[in-house]
Amino acid sequence: MKKFLTILFLCFSLASIAQDGAYEITDDSYKDQTVEMADTMRSNGKIYVVVAVIMILFVGLSIYTISVDKKISKLEKEVFKEKANS
Amino acid sequence: MKKNWWKALALILVTYTLLAGLLMDAPRLNILNETIRNLHFHVTMWFGMVILLTASMVYAIKYLRSGQITLDDKSVELAKAGVLMGALGIITGAVWANYTWGEPWSGDSKQNAAAICLLIYFAYLVLRNSMKDEQQRARVSGVYNIFAYAAMIPLLFILPRLDPNSLHPGNGGNPGFNSYDLDSKLRVIFYPAVIGWTLMGAWLANLRVRTRQIERALED
Repeated sequence: MKKFLTILFLCFSLASIAQDGAYEITDDSYKDQTVEMADTMRSNGKIYVVVAVIMILFVGLSIYTISVDKKISKLEKEVFKEKANS
Repeated sequence: MKKNWWKALALILVTYTLLAGLLMDAPRLNILNETIRNLHFHVTMWFGMVILLTASMVYAIKYLRSGQITLDDKSVELAKAGVLMGALGIITGAVWANYTWGEPWSGDSKQNAAAICLLIYFAYLVLRNSMKDEQQRARVSGVYNIFAYAAMIPLLFILPRLDPNSLHPGNGGNPGFNSYDLDSKLRVIFYPAVIGWTLMGAWLANLRVRTRQIERALED
């Protein structure tokens, strides 16, 4: 809990040190049509293809990591139980 | 299961980062264009690295105070996870720089300082391997860890800001990372991303600490 609070406060402190800078982002920055963005990819929905691929990769890696974690938990149980008995 | 909540949080936050980072509205800025989204991936690596290395230094001090070898395990594995994130940060930075600053390595003051910082931590890992005795290794590398951390802070947070020509935003005398971060729409992705990636790094470190402890238990 203490650690969690520390992280939380850290976030606030980071926000408070942000100051006015040379290139400020304003609401207009979101509407500036002169700047080229991947608008076509978004309008025809192809961006979701990329998002789907990345999500599948991440879910796969997550499941693998969880299974490694479980395996280590099992080993921990075995090893430390053995030690306690001996 | 109760103490695993932070691992679930890591997965949730990184999933959110991947989704929101790609799909949510981003400011339309010259030169950066769509690459502003790298903020949630490249910059967060550095934040994660600093947080993990801070934790590593804290465990180094804890070890030096108590002499408990398990604390040294935590210290070294957190440092390794931090170095991994730093290495990923420098590689992703080179890719990003190639398309925005024109070359992967422009000798920018922050790039150089980050590279030196990583070299200092590589030396930490090499130093550890050069010693056989467990307690001696832990003590020497614990002390080195504190010095490495003390070197990292000016390298990453002070020196680049003294350089008026740094290409990185937030440098040239301006404290804080003023440009992207002022924007609240980016911030709602950026801060969860920092926490998510950091927790992912901590999880990987956690897995390795536990294997180390199993190994040690089997040796005894």
